[in-house]
Amino acid sequence: MGLIHEIDFGTKAVSAENLVSLTIDGEIVRVPEGTSVMRAAMMMGTQIPKLCATDMLDSFGSCRLCLVEIEGRAGTPASCTTPVAEGMVVHTQNERLGKLRRGVMELYISDHPLDCLTCSANGDCELQDMAGAVGLRDVRYGYDGENHLAQAKDVSNPYFQFDPSKCIVCSRCVRACEEVQGTFALTIAGRGFDAKVSPGMEEKFFDSECVSCGACVQACPTATLMESSVVEIGQPEHSKVTTCAYCGVGCSFKAEMRGDQVVRMVPFKDGKANHGHSCVKGRFAWGYATHQDRITKPMIRAAITDPWREVSWDEAIAHTAAEFKRIQSQYGRNAVGGITSSRCTNEETYLVQKLIRAGFGNNNVDTCARVCHSPTGYGLSAAFGTSAGTQDFDSVEHADVMLLIGANPTDGHPVFASRMKKRLRDGAKLIVIDPRRIDLVRTPHIHASLHLPTRPGTNVAILTALAHVIVTENLVDTDFVRARCDGDSFGQWQDYVGQAQNSPEALENVTGVAPHLVREAARLYATGGNGAIYYGLGITEHSQGTTAVLALANLAMATGNLGRVGVGVNPLRGQNNVQGSCDMGSFPHELPGYRHISLTDVRESFEQAWGVTLESEPGLRIPNMLDAAIDGTFKGLYIQGEDIAQSDPDIKHITAGLSAMECVVVQDLFLNETAQFAHVFLPGSTFLEKNGTFTNAERRIQRVRKVMAPKNGYEDWQITQLLANALGYPMSYRHPSDIMDEIAALTPSFAGVSYDLLEREGSVQWPCNEAAPLGTPVMHMEHFVRGEGRFFVTEYVPTDEKVGPRFPLLLTTGRILSQYNVGAQTRRTENTAWHQEDLLEIHPFDAEQRGVIDGAWVKIASRAGETSLRAKITERVAPGVVYTTFHHPMTMANIVTTDYSDWATNCPEYKVTAVQVSLSNGPTDAQIAYATLGRTTRQIEIAAE
Amino acid sequence: MSHEQQTQKLVYMANQIAIFFASRPEQEAIGEIANHLRKFWEPRMREKIIDFAAHGGAGLMPRAEEAVKMLSQSTTSQSTTS
Ligand code: SF4
Ligand code: SF4
Ligand code: SF4
Ligand code: FES
Repeated sequence: MGLIHEIDFGTKAVSAENLVSLTIDGEIVRVPEGTSVMRAAMMMGTQIPKLCATDMLDSFGSCRLCLVEIEGRAGTPASCTTPVAEGMVVHTQNERLGKLRRGVMELYISDHPLDCLTCSANGDCELQDMAGAVGLRDVRYGYDGENHLAQAKDVSNPYFQFDPSKCIVCSRCVRACEEVQGTFALTIAGRGFDAKVSPGMEEKFFDSECVSCGACVQACPTATLMESSVVEIGQPEHSKVTTCAYCGVGCSFKAEMRGDQVVRMVPFKDGKANHGHSCVKGRFAWGYATHQDRITKPMIRAAITDPWREVSWDEAIAHTAAEFKRIQSQYGRNAVGGITSSRCTNEETYLVQKLIRAGFGNNNVDTCARVCHSPTGYGLSAAFGTSAGTQDFDSVEHADVMLLIGANPTDGHPVFASRMKKRLRDGAKLIVIDPRRIDLVRTPHIHASLHLPTRPGTNVAILTALAHVIVTENLVDTDFVRARCDGDSFGQWQDYVGQAQNSPEALENVTGVAPHLVREAARLYATGGNGAIYYGLGITEHSQGTTAVLALANLAMATGNLGRVGVGVNPLRGQNNVQGSCDMGSFPHELPGYRHISLTDVRESFEQAWGVTLESEPGLRIPNMLDAAIDGTFKGLYIQGEDIAQSDPDIKHITAGLSAMECVVVQDLFLNETAQFAHVFLPGSTFLEKNGTFTNAERRIQRVRKVMAPKNGYEDWQITQLLANALGYPMSYRHPSDIMDEIAALTPSFAGVSYDLLEREGSVQWPCNEAAPLGTPVMHMEHFVRGEGRFFVTEYVPTDEKVGPRFPLLLTTGRILSQYNVGAQTRRTENTAWHQEDLLEIHPFDAEQRGVIDGAWVKIASRAGETSLRAKITERVAPGVVYTTFHHPMTMANIVTTDYSDWATNCPEYKVTAVQVSLSNGPTDAQIAYATLGRTTRQIEIAAE
Repeated sequence: MSHEQQTQKLVYMANQIAIFFASRPEQEAIGEIANHLRKFWEPRMREKIIDFAAHGGAGLMPRAEEAVKMLSQSTTSQSTTS
């Protein structure tokens, strides 16, 4: 096992179909037209010396190290900027070229500290490699000339450092920040000898626009930009490819190790979701895996007021099984249930739902997708026939108009946001529909064509208004609708949206958006070429979440923006495996592959494989479980990797439900908020400690590979298996690949998936079966999965959560780049440097009315509860709207959110709560009491040795 | 939360479903609402709302009430046939 070395071809691949033949060093090579000479040489195995070129970036031609001779051409052109031509004859090495290259290297080295032996990049430095490659033996200029050796390091970023004395001003970092990340945080300041890399206006990295994505660090050929972990630990010696455990983009990384210590995570160029890019979370924020708060021993307690007692795995599992059996015999089979995690692997999720359905004997299984994308599942399934996005991420490269609604990709899905930004810089148009002026509305070199600042809770109204314009201005793609969609439902929809009450003018007083903006947006989306819809939780987390998803599907069908590359309806999924957890049958009414539990033939296939009779009725969803607990009919809950006491709305209701149960089992890395109400704590393993697969937002199934032994002793699937066996339902998987084989055997859309296939292909997108052996990048190409696409009438129904004299402002919630979800992981990393606390964004007008100044403590109250946090005054939010994140438990943002939820799926209405904001002196009594409670319920009795 | 509040929550949820199907013809809408309840509501929840409708069903929208009745009939017929 060694380090995985990816070939650097020097310049990007070209996709031209036309092939060109040329001769390099006497060998004939055929490459796509437009390929650089440098790349063509590397394709046949010849590495031309280079410094400023790398295949993640456009070629630049500044270092002049890659000179070649081309017969019939004067001089020595740079091979990185010279495209191949038919019949070209190239020489990459001879005496003249060697001399020229040595001359170039001499100049670089004369101004470079010669501390190679103690340099952090020793062994991984392109400058060192090139000095070797060109045969540099001495430096005629000496080392005493004017130089940059005394320049101070910038160590302001917690994850990487900048040592300008080692910089060769190749500008790879600057270009990476522009081309790959799209942040434009770096410049080359000064000219000639004074030229130097500078974040922003000669600021420190941390104070600049830099978002710490790491692209520049990866691009840097020297030790100038270097991961702090490499400086501390040294160069890694072996690596494995794995998948980020944070967001639904699903970036591939090489986990580079020394022994069982992670040295760094380097984005993998062959990763089909990220193509070698990353964000601060996946790239740097993995330190939580070894954080001191991590619990690695099982613990139990009789009452939640007792301190925890560490026990052996045997005792913990036997105790849990006994408790669940007792509860079932006392209160009935349906008195227990479980929650699967969107952060765990497909195999683990599958196993938990199997344990519940087959082992517990009921369907009381749900997942955290309940609170985020359950409306996506319902809506897209009803309209198209599958509960998933229609495209792959690469599709965005062919989009001409992006309609972005209720999503903030630069914070929530940063690597995909970089792809979007690239396409936007190349000329695609952007329509943003969001109450907040999110970063994408205006960011370097991008200016959204249209921003429709809606009032929170009016998505359905604005989408119906868009549909009205499309129908009444004859912008419908009638050929597509006639060929692909259900005519009756289209007719009903057309009649409905065409009515005058749905016009942008009529709905202006609801949405708050000027009608001309709506009309322009509708025209642009319908007629601007390939129109692609991207949306997030700002669509789903509403009482009309499902209706809004259906409205998006309607728009795409009506304009023919489906069934080919560059278009589609694309949910941006929050958590790494939220797609997978839904696919794996985590919903109470569905078996794996989205098949209703009442379907006899489907149920029978599982019954046969699992050797049990399955309950044919749907089970309880998370909010229903809590209701049933309060009602006294639900008493035991097994929760794997989920923190409902922080992430779910109306905390008071949740804690009342949890407190009413007799056995709550939490399997997690940390004593999270839910664990305060637990009787059993089973320590979980991190993504670094297990094998398995995650499925990202584009349905891509990717491997998670174990790079260290689980610190808690078991991978999570093994814990579930232990529990199943103790409950008398035998399971005997030896490896997650056995579980995947079972999934494939029972789920038609996964029929072709196996670990062997993933090993060969890297990743595949489901459906993957006989019809599509290598998976399906774009869905619904010929016809919709359900046959004909179905339109739904989407009438706007205002939420019952209304502003009034007591609660005049609308609170909406979201997330920020450096933190992830409830923050359990990211709060335990250096990422806190960027976000120490949740803040309440408030418009200057509303702030002034309340005497609120920037940074002041404010109390925010709704009919559900109240909490305090600091205010941030900003025009990002419109007057009447306030905004916060929910990354810190002390904020208790969800004490304020209400229990209103989506009509179809009970997905909570996080995005709209009527509130009042007033000045306060600090945390509320409830927050102080909660902090105290947190300390008492987390006490651990130290076991006598 | 009391039993009464719990039931009120179910009524609220059933009405939300009815509102989504409001634009459909009456019989079709009732069928869709009943179908939704059957597919997504756990039996305990269905029993509760059926019971509530049988005892007056105050607060249930007319179509939601009809759908619940339809549900109770099919539940009865199912249990008698199986
Ligand atoms: S870390 Fe990313 S954002 Fe920051 S300077 Fe480097 S490339 Fe730019
Ligand atoms: S910091 Fe690294 S990548 Fe940037 S110019 Fe200097 S040597 Fe090149
Ligand atoms: S958090 Fe998302 S965007 Fe960032 S590295 Fe991980 S998968 Fe990629
Ligand atoms: S690598 Fe070609 S000029 Fe630098």
